[in-house]
Amino acid sequence: MTSRIAKKRGEWINRDKPLTFEYEGQQVQGYEGDTISSALWANGIRVLGRSFKYHRARGLLSFANHDVNALMTDGEDTNIRADVWPVRHDMKLKAVNTDGGVIKDKNKYIDYLSPFLPVGFYYKTFYKPKRLFPFWEDKIRKAAGLGEVNFNYPRHIRPKRHAHCDVLVVGAGVSGLSAALTAAAEGLSVILVDENSQAGGSLSYDYAGDQTSADMLNTLLSEVEANSNIKLITDAYAGGYYTDHLVPIVEKSGITKVRAQSVIVATGVFEQPPVFRYNDLPGIMLGSAAQRLVHRYAVKPFEKGVVVTANDHGYRTALDLVSVGVEVVAVIDMRSSGAGQELTQKVKDSGISVHKGSCIYEAVPTGDKLGVKEVVVCPYNEATAEADTSRSVRLSCDGVAMSAGWAPAAALLYQAGTKMGYDYDIEQFVPAQLPEGVFAAGKVNGVFDLKSRQHDGRRAASEAASYLGKSVQLENFKPVSVTRPSHPYPIVNHPKGKNFVDFDEDIQVKDFINAAKEGFDNIELMKRFTTVGMGPSQGKHSNMNAIRILARIRQLPVEKIGTTTARPFFHPTPIGHLGGRGFHPHRYTAMHQWHVDHGGEMMEAGVWMRPAYYAPAGSGLTASEAVQQETQNVRHSVGMIDGSTLGKIEVFGSDAGAFLERFYTGKFADQKIGSSRIAMLLDEAGVVSDDGVAVRMAEDQFYVSTNSSNAATVYREMQRNVQLWKMQVTLVNLTGAMAAMTVAGPKSREVVAALTEIDVSESGMRKGAFRSGKVAGVDARVMRVSFVAELAFEIHVPYKAGLHVWKALMEAGKSAGIRPFGTDAQRLLRLEMGHHLVSHDTDGLTNPFEAHSESLVAMDKPFFIGQRSLKILEKKPLNKKLTTFVLDPGFNGELPNECNLVIDGASQIAGRVTSISYSGYLDRHIGFAFVPPEQSHDGARFQIRTDSGAMVPATACKAPFFHLLESRGE
Amino acid sequence: MPLGLLKYGLSKEHPAPRFFRDCTQPKKSYDAVIIGGGGHGLAAAYYLAKDYGITNVAVLEKGYIGGGNTGRNTTIVRSNYLTPEGVNFYDASVKMYEDLSEELDLNLFYSTRGHFTLAHTESAMRTMRWRAEVNKHVGVDSRVVGPDEISEACPQLDIQCSGQAPILGALYHAPGSVARHDAVAWGYAKEADRMGVEIFQMTEVTGIDVKSGKVVGVNTSKGYIETNRVLSAVAGFTPRITDMVDIETPIVIHPLQACVSEPMKPWLDTILVSGSLHVYVSQSSRGELVMGSSLDPYEVHSTRSSLDFVEGLTSHIVDMFPFLSNVKVVRQWAGMADLTPDFAPVMGKTPVEGFYLDAGWGTWGFKATPISGKTMAETIARDAAPDLIQPFRLSRFEDYELTGEKGAASVGH
Repeated sequence: MTSRIAKKRGEWINRDKPLTFEYEGQQVQGYEGDTISSALWANGIRVLGRSFKYHRARGLLSFANHDVNALMTDGEDTNIRADVWPVRHDMKLKAVNTDGGVIKDKNKYIDYLSPFLPVGFYYKTFYKPKRLFPFWEDKIRKAAGLGEVNFNYPRHIRPKRHAHCDVLVVGAGVSGLSAALTAAAEGLSVILVDENSQAGGSLSYDYAGDQTSADMLNTLLSEVEANSNIKLITDAYAGGYYTDHLVPIVEKSGITKVRAQSVIVATGVFEQPPVFRYNDLPGIMLGSAAQRLVHRYAVKPFEKGVVVTANDHGYRTALDLVSVGVEVVAVIDMRSSGAGQELTQKVKDSGISVHKGSCIYEAVPTGDKLGVKEVVVCPYNEATAEADTSRSVRLSCDGVAMSAGWAPAAALLYQAGTKMGYDYDIEQFVPAQLPEGVFAAGKVNGVFDLKSRQHDGRRAASEAASYLGKSVQLENFKPVSVTRPSHPYPIVNHPKGKNFVDFDEDIQVKDFINAAKEGFDNIELMKRFTTVGMGPSQGKHSNMNAIRILARIRQLPVEKIGTTTARPFFHPTPIGHLGGRGFHPHRYTAMHQWHVDHGGEMMEAGVWMRPAYYAPAGSGLTASEAVQQETQNVRHSVGMIDGSTLGKIEVFGSDAGAFLERFYTGKFADQKIGSSRIAMLLDEAGVVSDDGVAVRMAEDQFYVSTNSSNAATVYREMQRNVQLWKMQVTLVNLTGAMAAMTVAGPKSREVVAALTEIDVSESGMRKGAFRSGKVAGVDARVMRVSFVAELAFEIHVPYKAGLHVWKALMEAGKSAGIRPFGTDAQRLLRLEMGHHLVSHDTDGLTNPFEAHSESLVAMDKPFFIGQRSLKILEKKPLNKKLTTFVLDPGFNGELPNECNLVIDGASQIAGRVTSISYSGYLDRHIGFAFVPPEQSHDGARFQIRTDSGAMVPATACKAPFFHLLESRGE
Repeated sequence: MPLGLLKYGLSKEHPAPRFFRDCTQPKKSYDAVIIGGGGHGLAAAYYLAKDYGITNVAVLEKGYIGGGNTGRNTTIVRSNYLTPEGVNFYDASVKMYEDLSEELDLNLFYSTRGHFTLAHTESAMRTMRWRAEVNKHVGVDSRVVGPDEISEACPQLDIQCSGQAPILGALYHAPGSVARHDAVAWGYAKEADRMGVEIFQMTEVTGIDVKSGKVVGVNTSKGYIETNRVLSAVAGFTPRITDMVDIETPIVIHPLQACVSEPMKPWLDTILVSGSLHVYVSQSSRGELVMGSSLDPYEVHSTRSSLDFVEGLTSHIVDMFPFLSNVKVVRQWAGMADLTPDFAPVMGKTPVEGFYLDAGWGTWGFKATPISGKTMAETIARDAAPDLIQPFRLSRFEDYELTGEKGAASVGH
């Protein structure tokens, strides 16, 4: 059976492009331009899904993504919104959350259990005795959720786009189109977005049969299209409003982040269902849904129907239905006053009876419960929400259109900080106080009259233009008032319930009453206890009725109840869209490719890639063999490491020395040009956060290095403090601009000397000295350092020259047996030298006294960061100290690991191991550990507990560790 | 169908009483006033009544109960902290949680699912080992596991994280759980109310009356209340309350944001946390993925949401679970976290006599709800803090005796 009718003017389907697809195993025909739901409905298919909790059959409700009755899966994707998702040829669709198909769903029995599942039932049971909860929880989890996730769904990489405009207009209905045109006419750049595939808003269905309004829409659309200041984006929704007019526009292809100068919200209203027993049967839909079916998709909503309404929109819906051949039995008007004379007459002339002051008391399901067969109509008492069942009439029908009122689509306005008030003339929340640069127009602003909406759009745009500095004439505009669009209480009590308020969550009127009885009688608690509005459609069709019900329970005016907070997103938004491309930046040093070519095992070190060790192809080296060889090569001859990842910051200016004195713990004001000093940084609590080297290159110029992982933070802290302290200092971050390499070992001097004019002899360049000069023909900065070996030179050159100098040094060192070493060997070399690594051997609470770094702290300075804390700390006894230690010679038991605990005689935690390594050079296991201060002196013994719980004795031992060799006579 | 539900189907009137009375006007005086009707404040009221028979207590809540961070957190309960002091404290909380549904006669959906803190770097592995060592020492079930064991528990997780940050291992904490956060507040409110505690919603404290260094009363939007004992349990509003009594704390307020996906059939049975990717995620009994990230890096006293939070979080979620690309985020929100320099709370007495502080809960407050209620009740009743919370005393900041939990707290809520 087909419900497709003859071609409608302005229909959204392309009849030249028919297509077929499958739904629940059944072949279905549709056209390009159809949504899944419209095509199904056109084929007479009425059951589009099963509800979340009770597994009730559901059809169309809003047909606008304001409910999730129709969620489907195509085997690939899940939770597809069938009402708005375009149908494609050959799709194979099924409703989600069924067991055995949407018609035969085995879980439909739950509907019969509903009396035993009161609101919040899951709080009231399943926990006694507690050992049974996992059993019940398992059952609950199996019943929970909607669609099943496809674990093979491919990852989307959807880079985000960015756009800027003067005015962002959200919603391309009459008011939005008018606003866009007015703003554009002021010379403002406009982005106009609409979630529908075509612009026009409600005019594409309401009033669509009317020539005047069709002409009005066509004029607006062609003007917008012709206007080069307006960029119209359809099939795109504004996901949310964020600070400073940031609005992500979500399209099927990804997200455009729009940063606007001002925002006009012309998002219209959501139609709200009247609430009566079985208002959820397939075939019972909102009036606007019926109109959408008729005018956009040329589908007859049902054959014989009734309209239940509380506004004039219902009458227009009835006329629309008649115009496509639906037999409309009656208009049931919940208002005792009914509609105006003219409209009532029109409806009556079409052969429809009008029942004023009446309601649908209940709908009666067909025998299979998959549709409606008749409705029971009764007089309605607005004050009590009761139907007078003594005077009921039964009207047979296969469908119902419902138009009882609206709720503003005000999510963006709420997110922007708008204060909303309640307008009793139209029974709707409207903006009372808008934030700066945000404007509202049209129905969301409480303006319903068609011409007035056009006017209101122009008014909002003029205000936006004025806000943006255009001199515009702001007119005093008063919208034409209309008959009340929304019923103040479109809710009909029924002793047997099943009068649904929230279709996502299967929440009925009694759930609210019972929640209030249990004390959940403010809107936020009620939301959380009943879960109203917490489903995927986020209360679009349910929050307003929930507020009305609560207001009546509390006997308070609606505005006293307030609303729950509307959070982003306006519609659920794909994780892949939001994640976008996903940036994981890596930095490569100038020598990166060389390391790779020479067997470097590259590891992430913060944002950098560094070689951990080198195991050239075919060498057969294991990691530990490579590390021991690289280490011993440095001890016996010469090695070289790429140190380009060090933070490198140049500090210029007349206050440069004074600045470093305040920033670091040591003294720099008197530092000699051409020398280097250790630069230790603390935080305000006195915790060691970085250590580097500061070189004085000139009176007003320092070159400071930081740990590789701290380059960004130290630079940021420097910048912050330069401003706080108002000092004459300029900072340049050279971290990426300079390559650096350290040549270390007894033969390092001869290797460097071969390539430079700088006097690198012992007398020419003592430990800590700094020289500028050419190395391998390149301008270089050379420092004599001693972190990894007694004799070592750190050479800094411009990034582009890095590889050249590196290769030249490798070449020059060939005869001396030079080989590169990686970070693992570096760590062992430092350990052998007794240099701890900040934030490896120290933690977030370690102060300099505990880290054995007192000598780097000049307490007599007037100020440095952390000094105030150290002054307090230095008076307190230490409770731990970082010490170097060795395991006994020839140890071959279970090796302690880093982070194994030091255990005292009372079996309590006394400290922990922060580093431990086997040194092949020393043939000993050496490390760093925090121990009680009394056990930190040379020769003190303490116990380390291994992973398996064994106790391993260790001995505190002064570093560098080389005296161990001497004592062995080596 | 459990029998407990039968009465609902068989009775005409809804057979359930109010959880708590609708108190509107406070009395002239109370033995104790608790500012903040979140989980902590309500739990303190409950234990004051239950353990010490102090029932003449008013809980003042400026919004609705459980509307602050109790209703905004991602409901994770665990005790795999870094310091022995922290581990002992949170372990006591976990043990109380395990029996809490029965005690409060309300199903809190306390669900022990196991908690993995993923490590993607060697330095993260070190911290995991450190935590495991301390946990083991104190008797808490935590251990370092390799990628295979993680995959076994969560086969959907891409161990390579799309090649961006391969997982090297994890700290596995078997007792890690989730609970229905709102219900925790409601349950404490219900039982506290039953014993006589009065709970006032929509009642704001505007001032605290201190005479000669002692609390004598509080000013509220519903008038003056005499009392000698005031507990502040207001999370992100702590600075506003401590300003009223001129107490300085090092607490700063940073937003913490979270979001949920649309419901899907449950597939994620464990709780996963990644410090490197700034992600924590679990799947609720409704089928929603509950996802959070690290604190916003700046101070803001606001619960506004930001786009960059959800962009950053989701880009890492798809690294871990590439197949979630088209699963949708339904809702995001934010809370205000009261952060301390050492990532441990501030609990106990203060320089003002009769003013007690339960604050500094940053991102770790929900999991401590029962134990903080119990220990603060003891502090108020005895005017002395029990040993368990001594490490969290306010004076530790002056004394430089911090309880460093940063390694266990950042991201790993």
